[in-house]
Amino acid sequence: MTTTTPNGFVLDNSGRRMVVDPVTRIEGHMRCEVNIDDQKIIRNAVSSGTMWRGLEVILKGRDPRDAWAFCERICGVCTGTHALTSVRAVEDALGITIPENANTIRNMMQATLWVHDHLVHFYHLHALDWVDVVNALKADPKATSALAQSISPWPNASPGYFRDVQNRLIKFVASGQLGPFMNGYWGNPAYKLPPEANLMAVTHYLEALDFQREIVKIHTVFGGKNPHPNWLVGGVASAINLDGPMAAGAPVNMVQLNLVSSIIDRTIEFVDQVYLPDLLAIGSFYKDWLYGGGLSGHNVLAYGDFPDRANDYGPDNLLIPRGAIVNGNLKEVLDVDLRDPAQVQEFVDHSWYRYPDENEGLHPWVGITDPNFKLGPNTKGTKTDIQQLDEDAKYSWIKAPRWRGHAMEVGPLSRFTIGYAKGIAEFKDPVDKVLTDLGLPFAALFSTLGRTAARGLEASWAAHKLRYFHDKLMANLKSGDLSTANIQKWEPSSWPKEAKGVGFAEAPRGALGHWVHIKDERIEAYQAVVPTTWNGSPRDTAGNIGAFEASLLNTPMADPEQPVEILRTLHSFDPCLACSTHIMGPSGEELTKVQVR
Amino acid sequence: MHHSEKGAVLVLGIGNILWADEGFGVRAVEALHQAYEFPAEVKLMDGGTQGLYLLPLVQDADILVIFDAIDYGLPAGTLKLVDDHDVPSYLGVKKMSLHQTGFQEVLALSAITGRYPAKVRLIGVQPLDLDTYGGSLTEPVRTQMESSVAAAIHFLVEQGYPPRRRMRGCVPESLCPSSVNLARYEAGIPLGGR
Repeated sequence: MTTTTPNGFVLDNSGRRMVVDPVTRIEGHMRCEVNIDDQKIIRNAVSSGTMWRGLEVILKGRDPRDAWAFCERICGVCTGTHALTSVRAVEDALGITIPENANTIRNMMQATLWVHDHLVHFYHLHALDWVDVVNALKADPKATSALAQSISPWPNASPGYFRDVQNRLIKFVASGQLGPFMNGYWGNPAYKLPPEANLMAVTHYLEALDFQREIVKIHTVFGGKNPHPNWLVGGVASAINLDGPMAAGAPVNMVQLNLVSSIIDRTIEFVDQVYLPDLLAIGSFYKDWLYGGGLSGHNVLAYGDFPDRANDYGPDNLLIPRGAIVNGNLKEVLDVDLRDPAQVQEFVDHSWYRYPDENEGLHPWVGITDPNFKLGPNTKGTKTDIQQLDEDAKYSWIKAPRWRGHAMEVGPLSRFTIGYAKGIAEFKDPVDKVLTDLGLPFAALFSTLGRTAARGLEASWAAHKLRYFHDKLMANLKSGDLSTANIQKWEPSSWPKEAKGVGFAEAPRGALGHWVHIKDERIEAYQAVVPTTWNGSPRDTAGNIGAFEASLLNTPMADPEQPVEILRTLHSFDPCLACSTHIMGPSGEELTKVQVR
Repeated sequence: MHHSEKGAVLVLGIGNILWADEGFGVRAVEALHQAYEFPAEVKLMDGGTQGLYLLPLVQDADILVIFDAIDYGLPAGTLKLVDDHDVPSYLGVKKMSLHQTGFQEVLALSAITGRYPAKVRLIGVQPLDLDTYGGSLTEPVRTQMESSVAAAIHFLVEQGYPPRRRMRGCVPESLCPSSVNLARYEAGIPLGGR
């Protein structure tokens, strides 16, 4: 049957149904079902979160100052961003301000996480959707060297270097222990790179692996405990004493700040000389593959992040701008107010939750998380073994968040689109340059490739902002301001009897908000709307489809039994964690059963 | 094999403390840390659900001890020891846990980069409940904490890193943030459970 959704997408569920499960793990497992027509083109898409994540329920009754430590365990990647958003929500509720240094250090923690996450996502999750590892064995190392030297001054580019990596790879593949490369659809015609580009990319995959261990040292310096940095309501956990000694638990000193500075230099170098040239080189072979745009050309949303000065979360002070674009109107960036009950709302009539009135959406401050697992009449299979979902009924553990009723896409492409629409040069210029270099029109930005490109440009933005914030921190420290925490309102006796707050940040994969209600010194209610909730949203009351669903429509598949095109597009959203490349066959025969209630 | 710090030992607890018995690994390494102190080259760590962030630590370890809740389909609370190159395949028996795939990949990547630890010992316990979000360890798993800790000590003594029991009343800072240490975590669970 063919239907047109209110947000303008044509769905036809008459063709063959295919299931891809799991698409990713952590932050709720994901499953995706599509209908393909006899031309092997996707005509209907259904995205489902198959695991309940009831953080809201766990936090009730807890000390609000502890909430960050729970929030950072939601997920294995966004730990820091969740912690940051949580302390911001509590500070907002209790009227706590933070010192300038704390704001700058938080921005550095966040920018570090962005670069790390984007880099790891590109090389360790997403590149393998574009790069054929096994095909790299056929590459001529000499030609690979010539290719590498033609696109970047990066020094590791000799024929001998690529030959060594190739030999390592040959040994590795021969051992049969493909490990992270095990589940690729190697040899699929959807892979377009010549062997040399494949070898170059795989080589940089290994280099990125070595490099990512450097970047995270910034977290260790400022966050103390590794791998779970410490966070603090009222500031940051690290004190600073420029002349202090090096010792476990001692304040951050000049030696460590210099280490951070040198890591920042190397980060800028790696992103600009390896990541970006690779992105362009790979993109140039796929510039005819411009599927996957989905919602991005229509509705995009960002809450904004990186407050330049402390305690000002207004739009003029956010270096990543806040705003919404609807119906593809780039001439107007609309204001976003996370406190307005009519703006961000979550719907559940297609989600496995219960509301008193499911025709209405709820603002997170009055949000309800009451699980209600039931399947529609057209479901195939059973509650513990679903063969096919019924998308006309409830079909996902993900709620459907809407902004003024619109389904929105969030993430790097949304952020760059908003920055571009606002005419801000640091977003507009790099986008224009990439499009010019690839010889593509502006509309090409709204695609899977555009999403992947925006992430790379954003990694470069964040790397350079690290330099900006480090300089800013040093200048402030040298002026004599060493303060990193404000403990005036640490004691609950200083709090109001009841308070509500909202904290927001831009996680690497998109807008993140935590809404908290504090009563009698305890958390009365807590709601988190995470980026994958926006992007992975199911249908809503009106029938609007979400960003993942929209992005898959009209994509032709080379071989439906090897859904590389689906993975490529879903992975371009960075749905979560690098380990999500583990994919079972489309028939789902090896599907791990996750018990749902 | 290249090792940047010859003789380094990493004792890692992995898992998600928010998912009942999934928290076993993190709780076990904490119990070991609270009761014993080790020579400087032995590092104890709450690995949580972290994936790639753990890779550098694994690469730098000569000897790696992992505490984890692993589903072997055995009776709940069964303790199982697995060694060296068998560990990744055991971690992948069932990909039901929130972190297993992630850590399996960490081990694979340490192998790819030629820096797989010379010795790996997995101390696993069969969980009873991985489904109660916001819950804590169940009895069968909790009663195995002591023998899991003993298994780690036995192995570390064998490897030449004997620990010392901490003095009575000497309480170290916890590995995980104190906000989520076992006592505080459980104190916040309402009567009747989550």
